[in-house]
Amino acid sequence: MHLTLKIWRQKEPGDTGAFETYSHPGAHPDMSFLEMLDVLNERLILEGKEPVAFDSDCREGICGTCSLVINGVPHGGQKGTTACQLHLRKFKDGDTITIEPWRARPFPVTKDLCVDRTAFDRIVQSGGFVSVSTGGAPDANCLPVPKEDADLAMDAAQCIGCGACVAACKNASAMLFVSAKISHLGLLPQGKVERDRRVLNMVKTMDAEGFGACTVTGSCEAVCPKEIPLTFIARMNRDYGLALIKGRS
Amino acid sequence: MKLDSKIPSGPLAQKWERHKFEMKLVNPANKRRFDVLVVGSGLAGASAAATLAELGYQVACFCFQDSPRRAHSIAAQGGINAAKNYRNDGDSVHRLFYDTIKGGDFRAREANVYRLAQVSVQIIDQCVAQGVPFAREYGGLLDTRSFGGSQLQRTFYARGQTGQQLLLGAYQALSRQIGLGTVKMFPRTEMLELVLVDGAAKGIVVRDLVNGEVRSYAGDAVVLATGGYGNVFYLSTNAVGCNVTATFRAYKKGAAFANPSFTQIHPTCIPVSGDHQSKLTLMSESLRNDGRVWVPRNKTESSKPASSVADADRDYFLERKYPSFGNLAPRDIASRAAKEVCDEGRGVGPGGLGVYLDFADAIRRLGENKIRERYGNLFDMYERITGENAYRQPMRIYPAVHYTMGGLWVDYHLMSNIPGLFVVGEANFSDHGANRLGASALMQGLADGYFVLPYTLSHYFASNKPNRPATTHPEFKKAEEEARARLKRLLSSSGKRTPRSFHRELGQLIWNHCGMARSREGLTAALRRIPELREEFWKTVAVTGGVEGFNQTLEHAGRVADFMEFAELMCLDALTREESCGGHFRVEHQEEGECKRNDEQFAHVAAWEYAGPGQAPVRHAEPLVYEEIKMASRSYK
Ligand SMILES: Cc1cc2nc3c(=O)[nH]c(=O)nc-3n(C[C@H](O)[C@H](O)[C@H](O)COP(=O)(O)OP(=O)(O)OC[C@H]3O[C@@H](n4cnc5c(N)ncnc54)[C@H](O)[C@@H]3O)c2cc1C
Ligand code: SF4
Ligand code: FES
Repeated sequence: MHLTLKIWRQKEPGDTGAFETYSHPGAHPDMSFLEMLDVLNERLILEGKEPVAFDSDCREGICGTCSLVINGVPHGGQKGTTACQLHLRKFKDGDTITIEPWRARPFPVTKDLCVDRTAFDRIVQSGGFVSVSTGGAPDANCLPVPKEDADLAMDAAQCIGCGACVAACKNASAMLFVSAKISHLGLLPQGKVERDRRVLNMVKTMDAEGFGACTVTGSCEAVCPKEIPLTFIARMNRDYGLALIKGRS
Repeated sequence: MKLDSKIPSGPLAQKWERHKFEMKLVNPANKRRFDVLVVGSGLAGASAAATLAELGYQVACFCFQDSPRRAHSIAAQGGINAAKNYRNDGDSVHRLFYDTIKGGDFRAREANVYRLAQVSVQIIDQCVAQGVPFAREYGGLLDTRSFGGSQLQRTFYARGQTGQQLLLGAYQALSRQIGLGTVKMFPRTEMLELVLVDGAAKGIVVRDLVNGEVRSYAGDAVVLATGGYGNVFYLSTNAVGCNVTATFRAYKKGAAFANPSFTQIHPTCIPVSGDHQSKLTLMSESLRNDGRVWVPRNKTESSKPASSVADADRDYFLERKYPSFGNLAPRDIASRAAKEVCDEGRGVGPGGLGVYLDFADAIRRLGENKIRERYGNLFDMYERITGENAYRQPMRIYPAVHYTMGGLWVDYHLMSNIPGLFVVGEANFSDHGANRLGASALMQGLADGYFVLPYTLSHYFASNKPNRPATTHPEFKKAEEEARARLKRLLSSSGKRTPRSFHRELGQLIWNHCGMARSREGLTAALRRIPELREEFWKTVAVTGGVEGFNQTLEHAGRVADFMEFAELMCLDALTREESCGGHFRVEHQEEGECKRNDEQFAHVAAWEYAGPGQAPVRHAEPLVYEEIKMASRSYK
């Protein structure tokens, strides 16, 4: 396959980046998208040019590290698929492909296609946990959890924290991510105790980090590789409203 | 070098309880005077960092990913073992202990494994309390399933994403401490050197992967939780960032490296499709609960579509050879059996390097929906990678490198032979012997971090006053210089080949000669070739950019440089161990195609000591003494 790649190049944070175009003949339909970039980078290195920086680790769609906007869509538009799991058989010989980093103010570009997503970690640090220290936990089966609740909690817990939802949103809202965390813990009895505090603190941090408001356009749901549904956002809004009314913090 | 395993006295079942009482404690008010450096934030590192901070120690935690939540542990699929006996199917601490020792082919340390089995029960309680959404039955109680090497259902799971959920639990516990200010987290930071002062581990040298700065951190103890080195093979199921650097640097500072040749090959991975491939993808072992493994009886049929091979012409080789364990035979055994049928020319798929994993019977029995519920995400993943629908035609699988049982030598306290250097999780060697049973790595990582290290590290501190040198100490300056010099050297070569091309070549060499089957001849050839390849690497590796700033090529080159040296140690270990056991299969030592152990001469841990540049490393042995169980030959027939 012969592809033409238009890739965002940016030396460092704050630098004004620009697209560069690469003619890329060495592609094979069985390759993953990232393997295609590996091959390009090998060539660039041998030509003495700076290879393209991009993040990846597991390359099997679970760690949430990879973060490419491909032809304008975070993770490239194959339903329920991360960029690392996208394969070239989804493209055609002769295609031109545009590759950019996540674009959102709270995710500054580190270099080329890599961004800084530590804002997500700070949101979790402000309340995305159950406050239990190690050692004194009761027997795991002493608190039955209805299977329906456990399954729904698991649906939410599948979020890989990739940030595609933020990148797809015109307001750079982090609501889908935060609502997934809130719902996961809020649906389980273990997480219910801190439910009000959690939602208030996490929303506060989310705002302070510069993520925008949610106007329910659904673009986050459309790109989420784990298909986290918008209904979790509704659940979070309800939790938030209730917590405000109760006046706890 | 003295290898004192510090196994407590007394009956096996009481060792840990008694020892916990005997170990010294640190007064709560004094705890904050101790600083601990935890390198790694996977299951082992995150659980250790969080728990130590809960106790009151000052913790700094490092990882090379952009967030601790992305450590390689997140990729574990199948499950975590625990001797809960919720199913009333005959499980007990003793049985989990026995299965693990037997699974490891009697090359693990009895006391450590027993403690692991004991603690396993608490791990599930802890994780549930943290909100880990384990699978449940309709009545609200926890569901379990079975895994290779066991005839019980003792494996707890969260869909096919158990590692992710356990890691998120540990990450959240860690995040809570970061929020409280008791843990300082350093993501995108790579450890390049270990610093010893007066013979004890007192600090590390790191490179900030964003701005390229090389700096030091000092602590009262160092905990390495840096995972396994399976990526020495280039192609493996590991995340692409996994590496040996931290443990290998510690080895060069005097830490003994134990059983480096013990590698686990996992039988159910998606076969290689081309030489562009950067990693192999695991299809969880849990699939073997319902999938049946087969190849055509006759090699003339191996290129036919699966559906046109009649049932009578299929060889369900695991069920045939191991009737009592069948498709659930342990990994090393199932992997070798697959290699054998492929070597006979009966393999399926491109290149004949594949066997079928067939769900047709299970779909007939349970319906497609049930199978989708159990394994849907795995089937989806398989389809994305291969373009094939496994509900319609059997999956193709082939063994791939998956886990490394070798690692830094540690005593019962999880301390290496360097005082103050603790090693937890996959980075140490201790609990799995020559082969790891499925769902036992997650158990070990969390056991180490939540329940063992917090006690043993406290004991170390109680016996040593807080004593943290300044990072201006000459030992720190020396280590920083070494790290900088190595980075400079990588950047100064003449630039003809990429780090990846060297990594690929080294990996292929190790796979061929130190992979699923090893021979004296192959290992000797590898030992000749590795130094040449290494020399070529240092002369011609092409690394662009500079030490400053974000430079992924430099990061990769540094990791490959360490693999280049480590590979030699691995082959040397494999060559010296003149027996077959678990994942280590020496073709010279077999009995009807099965491993032939040599307990007279090799019932020991081989721990290698670095002897200086250009010197052959020194092999030490820690004898394995089994007090309570009898070493038996391992049979799954
Ligand atoms: C695909 C797959 C599926 C698996 N499934 C299962 C399963 O179902 N059940 C099971 O029990 N086991 C499973 N395993 C094995 C298990 O996942 C691992 O053994 C385990 O997660 C290792 O945990 P760890 O904490 O020791 O290391 P890791 O999770 O690998 O963490 C290593 C950490 O060290 C850091 N690090 C490494 N080097 C450096 C350095 N130089 N400087 C700074 N930081 C560094 C990394 O950033 C990371 O944070 C699976 C493994 C794979 C590959
Ligand atoms: S909600 Fe979806 S898109 Fe957003 S971080 Fe989680 S997995 Fe990624
Ligand atoms: S690299 Fe892990 S999700 Fe893509």
